[in-house]
Amino acid sequence: MAFSDFVFYVLSAILLLAGLRVITAKNPVHAALALVLAFFTAAGHWLLLEAEFLAITLVLVYIGAVMVLFLFVVMMLDINLEELRKGFWSYLPAGLLVGGLMVAEMALVLGGKDFGLADPAAHAADYNNTAALGRLLYTEYVYPFELAAVLLLVAMIAAIVLTHRKRAGNKSMNPGLQVKVKREDRIRLVNVKPQKPEAKSDEDED
Amino acid sequence: MDVGLSHYLILGSILFAISVVGIFLNRKNIIVLLMAIELMLLAVNMNFVAFSRYLDDMAGQVFVFFILTVAAAESAIGLAILVVLFRNLKSINVESLDKLKG
Repeated sequence: MAFSDFVFYVLSAILLLAGLRVITAKNPVHAALALVLAFFTAAGHWLLLEAEFLAITLVLVYIGAVMVLFLFVVMMLDINLEELRKGFWSYLPAGLLVGGLMVAEMALVLGGKDFGLADPAAHAADYNNTAALGRLLYTEYVYPFELAAVLLLVAMIAAIVLTHRKRAGNKSMNPGLQVKVKREDRIRLVNVKPQKPEAKSDEDED
Repeated sequence: MDVGLSHYLILGSILFAISVVGIFLNRKNIIVLLMAIELMLLAVNMNFVAFSRYLDDMAGQVFVFFILTVAAAESAIGLAILVVLFRNLKSINVESLDKLKG
């Protein structure tokens, strides 16, 4: 068994255990941390497959941004865990049946002869995965690339609009209301009858 | 046993099945449902990268790149909806989401 095969099996074991931990953890924070481990291990698999740029992207963008966002939200919410865990295992037989059948069917289809694809030769030492991906992204896939950028912008705006809350009682100005104001809104003339001034006390004079 | 394409594909399918079971188990907890969906996308990406390597075709990796983009957008909006939901309902239980009376 080559060393890379050994690495594959170790990484696969960690990945599957982390996946199981994600779905069975009592505390959602533990589930999110297990998901971080799963992504990290998958990045190791991708390194074995010589997709270096995507492996690093998975670690930097996915673990660094998306999973941290998950952790933020999980820790921000005050969740009643007991109620959410009620009847947790009652759907396990159905889930195991469906999952087991899926794995069995896919193993029958996918297992065996590797679709006749032999192990490809390793790339040369000066092969640059990032440059190859970038050359493809900026030529053949440039429109999908720009659409992806627009999609991210839309997602950002949507997330802000969804969670934005108008705070009551802040002192921001509304120029429209300021321009619209009339003299009658601000000044009130009152007829005050002349009054005889009262005798002043000694303290006021100081 | 020498590791080939099938090993990666079966690893991806097991991961996918784990997340399907996770959706069955955590049917009340929206956060863990979202995490199970992330795990599913990871399984799919694994297949793309494996095929990209064994067919020696970079298009698979470009596709993974776009899937990662879409998944990031999805989780950002999903979590925003979740936060709004929690603000209104004080709960993330799926069973309390019956306002639409569907």
